[in-house]
Amino acid sequence: MATLKKEIFEQLNLQHVKPEDIAYDQPLFVEGLGLDSIDALELIVLLQQKYGIKLANPAEGPKIFYSIKTMAEYITAHKKQ
Amino acid sequence: MYNNSLFFEMPDAEPVVFFNDIYKALNINYPKFFKMDNLCKVVFLAVEVLLKDVSLRDKYKPEETGIVFSNANSSLDTDIRYFQSSLEAPSPALFVYTLPNVAIGELCIRHGIKGETACFVFDIFDALFQAWYADTLLETCGIKACISGWADFYDGKFEAFFYLVETGSDNLSIKHNSENIDKLYNQVWKN
Repeated sequence: MATLKKEIFEQLNLQHVKPEDIAYDQPLFVEGLGLDSIDALELIVLLQQKYGIKLANPAEGPKIFYSIKTMAEYITAHKKQ
Repeated sequence: MYNNSLFFEMPDAEPVVFFNDIYKALNINYPKFFKMDNLCKVVFLAVEVLLKDVSLRDKYKPEETGIVFSNANSSLDTDIRYFQSSLEAPSPALFVYTLPNVAIGELCIRHGIKGETACFVFDIFDALFQAWYADTLLETCGIKACISGWADFYDGKFEAFFYLVETGSDNLSIKHNSENIDKLYNQVWKN
């Protein structure tokens, strides 16, 4: 999860907050890291680019991208071997 | 430079370092700044300096402020970066900045502006056109203040020149015409 957190910070160019200030189970959007819809698209690109995962059902997005922990669980379950 | 006085200086600093340091010096808390492309950062910071002692939100209704912005390289710097990203995986965060007028949108969000806005691309700063267009907005579009200026970013080089045009006048006002704008513009680069 530490690697994923680092990748998220790099991909989204998050400079206003330190990685250590964000817990793995903290929400990424709105009240958490305050990410927006463009960030959501960047996270989809990250999944595809780094882990070869294409999001089949966009409706699942809010559940998958809820936190770093939920993203890591999705990656573990769907990562191409 | 701000009102003909040196406001902030970092000779030979890389743009990203300069932008981050002036952001800190202005004591701004606006996380979206870090997502902006370089052109938007130039425009955003220049207008932050311009309006550091003025609140347009307090003085005018949202639809009473307009913006006239021009530059030479449009959004080419980001266009190239987006094209390069598209060779591997197109970046949505870069794509949203592949138009120069996005910088105007960032200003509108930051300062609560809903008046007429326009963005033009010229080889060089054209004070005559800039003055004429701002006057037209003030006379025909119901705006009472207009953020007007020039900002460019390409290949690590950048410049910005902004001024606020308002209806009415006080003792400190400079008459809004192309001669005075040219004078101010040349003064900035001379210093």
